[in-house]
Amino acid sequence: MQKKILIVDDEPNIVMSLEYSFKKQDFEVYIARDGSEAIHILETHIPNVILLDIMMPNVDGYKTLKHIRANPKTKDIKVVFLTAKNKSSDIEKGLEMGVDKYLTKPFSIKKIIAEIRTLIE
Amino acid sequence: MSNYILIFIIVVYLAFLFGVAFWAEKKAKSAWVNNAYVYTLSLAVYCSAWTYYGSVGIAATSGISFLTTYLGPVIAFPLWIVVLKKIIRISKQQKVSSIADFISLRYGNNRFLGALVTIICVLAIVPYISLQLKAISETFSIISKDTIPSSTSIFQDTLFYVALLLAIFAAFFGTRATDATRRRRGIVFSVAVESILKLVFFLIIGVYVTYYLFDGTTDIYDKISSLENLESLTTLDGLEAGINWYFMIALSFFAIFLLPRQFQVAVIENTSEKHLKKAIWLFPLYLLLFNVFVIFVAWGGRLSLHKSLNPDYYTLLLPLHHDNIFLATLVFLGGFSAVISMVVVSTLALSVMLSNNLIIPYGFLDKFSRSHPERNANYIKNIRRIAIFSLIVGAYLFYINFNVQLSLFSIGQISFVIIAQLAPAFFIGLFWNRGSAIAAKSGIITGTLITMYTLILPFVLDIILGNTDFITNGAFGIELLRPYQLFGIDFMTPVTHAFFWSMFFNTIIYLFMSVSSKGNYRERNYAEMFVNNSYDSLQESAYVWKGEAYVSDIKNLLIKFLGIQRTERALNLFYTKHDLPMNTKKADSRLINFSEKLLTGSIGGASSRILIASVVKEQPVTLIEVLKILEESKKTISTNKFLRQRSEELVKLTDDLKKANEELKQQDKVKDEFLDTVAHELKTPITSIRAASEVLLDNDHDISNELRIQFLDTILKDSERLSTLIHNILDLEKLGSGREVFDKKNNNVIETVEKSISGIYTIAQQKCISILSTKPSDRIVALYDEDRILQVLTNLLSNGIKFVEKNKGIIEVAVSNEKDFIRISVQDNGKGIPENDKKHIFEKFYQSHNQNIKKPIGSGLGLAICKKIIEGHNGIIRIDDSYDKGARFIIDLPNSLETVE
Repeated sequence: MQKKILIVDDEPNIVMSLEYSFKKQDFEVYIARDGSEAIHILETHIPNVILLDIMMPNVDGYKTLKHIRANPKTKDIKVVFLTAKNKSSDIEKGLEMGVDKYLTKPFSIKKIIAEIRTLIE
Repeated sequence: MSNYILIFIIVVYLAFLFGVAFWAEKKAKSAWVNNAYVYTLSLAVYCSAWTYYGSVGIAATSGISFLTTYLGPVIAFPLWIVVLKKIIRISKQQKVSSIADFISLRYGNNRFLGALVTIICVLAIVPYISLQLKAISETFSIISKDTIPSSTSIFQDTLFYVALLLAIFAAFFGTRATDATRRRRGIVFSVAVESILKLVFFLIIGVYVTYYLFDGTTDIYDKISSLENLESLTTLDGLEAGINWYFMIALSFFAIFLLPRQFQVAVIENTSEKHLKKAIWLFPLYLLLFNVFVIFVAWGGRLSLHKSLNPDYYTLLLPLHHDNIFLATLVFLGGFSAVISMVVVSTLALSVMLSNNLIIPYGFLDKFSRSHPERNANYIKNIRRIAIFSLIVGAYLFYINFNVQLSLFSIGQISFVIIAQLAPAFFIGLFWNRGSAIAAKSGIITGTLITMYTLILPFVLDIILGNTDFITNGAFGIELLRPYQLFGIDFMTPVTHAFFWSMFFNTIIYLFMSVSSKGNYRERNYAEMFVNNSYDSLQESAYVWKGEAYVSDIKNLLIKFLGIQRTERALNLFYTKHDLPMNTKKADSRLINFSEKLLTGSIGGASSRILIASVVKEQPVTLIEVLKILEESKKTISTNKFLRQRSEELVKLTDDLKKANEELKQQDKVKDEFLDTVAHELKTPITSIRAASEVLLDNDHDISNELRIQFLDTILKDSERLSTLIHNILDLEKLGSGREVFDKKNNNVIETVEKSISGIYTIAQQKCISILSTKPSDRIVALYDEDRILQVLTNLLSNGIKFVEKNKGIIEVAVSNEKDFIRISVQDNGKGIPENDKKHIFEKFYQSHNQNIKKPIGSGLGLAICKKIIEGHNGIIRIDDSYDKGARFIIDLPNSLETVE
């Protein structure tokens, strides 16, 4: 079955590369430019994994994750933080909030794809 | 009413008071007995029979001058919180037992002074007590319609037995403990109860006369004003009467402090300084209530009673006139209460003074020091008991022999004048440490002699012997020495006249002698303790003393008066308090002073000093030694001051450091946040470049040409973004650190604006955005770095281009030469700046967090840089709040020019 991924990031240039790469890996890709768009999409679509940026306008990554974990429909979706915040305190905070994986920018697309595959298979 | 019924009522009433006093002694520790209300009411012992009957008499005959007696205390009351508090504190610490003790202690525990004060008090108070007895006797005969024949033997006189009963009451409850500073709750409480009764009964008769016998206050007023010359009774007659009035108020002002009975209830029997706070307003209120009806009862009496009747007894005569025996009896009991309180408290106070300040120090000391402790205690008690009986019997005899003809008011006033002689020594000595013993003695004696000459002598000669020759011609026929018009002052009443001259000479002599005589070291010691008394300075150690004594001697002495148990207990307490070993052999100054105070309570200050001195080889402290001690304590004080100053400085320094540290932390935090943001902002384009490159590299073969161009374009744009960002960060850092030196020259603002527009014109044209400019035709020259201002303008213009819609966008630049500055404004017709953002828009990286639209390319540092540049030119850049059709930035630059040299 085709895997679904939701990419949440406010940087279109980064999203473009990710979208292209995951599509090529035969993922069904959804794009959201911030937390509120992501939550909106999650009302109708349940992806296998969510790639979530933290620093976004309006609803940021932390708030989005909280929302996802609070909703019984979405609470089991794997969530990966993909962020430029790489201080150990940030990583701890993310893991404490129940994120499944914490990846930092800049990243290697191949590595991201590998990490996500191990996570969902 | 029959004689016997009235006697029966008196006995029942006294029994009731005995019961009350007993109950209070039993409950001595309960809140019922020890509270501010009981304290305040006990102060009302001030209102004696003089108040109860005499005020009405005065109001009826000489008008409102009766008020002075009560105005004095009311005026004195606000002072109580300061003066009385100090007196109470000193008295408690020094175990003062009477006003004689207080004054003699202030002047170095002077034996003679204590005795002098005692004699003055006895002189003043015994006639005053006899006056009270007179009131009982006369009211008794009025109410029983039975004259008391004064010619018969005193043993058939009812009054004599009543007086004896009072003496028993005072002796029984007043001498339960040898230590005169022990409180007598029984007496105080019964005085408080009597104060309520006398007030209530007086108010009842007031209401009865005003509203029952007459139709209210207006009715009485109307009737009396139609009847007689009202004005003289209700107004003060000119300046001379005003002066009389003034001195009368001063007289009662002193009396409320100095009367032995007032000192007794206000100071000796005070259980808590806090009670003063309530008394300060409650007691004046009490006095006010007492005086509300005086004038109406007086007028009522004048209107309805025969002129031959004594106005002093209108309160009693009015109900009798209307056959209201019940009310008359109430009035009688009220007056009787006033008498009992006054007589009991006065004799008690006087008996303590007599025993502690006169009899013991001048006669019995030797006997005591050889005798057994228990017997000593009994001796002391017996002396006091005998004193109480003698005082009352003396007053009775005085009454029988002289008093019958005198009015209540005049005797009371004479008493006041005599007592007032203590005022200079008492009040000035409390606040002036130069006041010396010899000055106090001379002042008091002089004042008393003058009072004798100007008041008592003519009074006695006139009233008792009927000889007015002395009054009209003066001593030896010298006119200036006429007793009522001394030195020609002829407008004062005899009482104020005597008061004025006696106080005048008393005070002058006191001040003069104090300044000219130094007093011995002991006097100066005590003066210092009294005057500079504060909460903690009055300790045993504050006393300067030098000498040699053995603890065992002192202990033996104490045992003689206090018994073994109390002595041991007191010494143990003393050792523990001062952390001394129990087997201390040599006594130090603290122990000497402590023992003196212990004994003072029982036998008075003067006696205890003499006793202690007998076992102590005291050496006078020389002036040099005193100076040395003073110098030392001064040094301590200045060291303390210095230390306090230093510690204050340290506290301030610590605060400053804390603040600086906070600031540094804050700056650190800001810097951290800035670096975080910079890192984030740098990582974003790098991420995008890296990802795009990776995609291109990995998919070289199967990627469409169109996509390839898109990825390459991304790489290019983000590289540009990266370099702009780095440039801006460095620029901002340079501006922020102040390392940037502006290349300021005289430039034409209009030209600069035109340059900025032409630089961006092509981009605007591509997007079909028009840029308009309004500017004056003249040159506007100002001093600035053109490149930098150009940078600001370009930034604002390109911001405008970013935020307006294509084709419809209009950007306007306006330049104007205001009076003090040059204004450049840049406005657009875009969507404007959200209200929340306005405050923060000039902050670094602000925009990058707060845009929910697809963001236009920008570093987020542009406006922060603009702000720094404009501030570097001493100008202001801000958003125009009033403009709501888009965004409008205003730059104000100072219009100073470079001075051409």
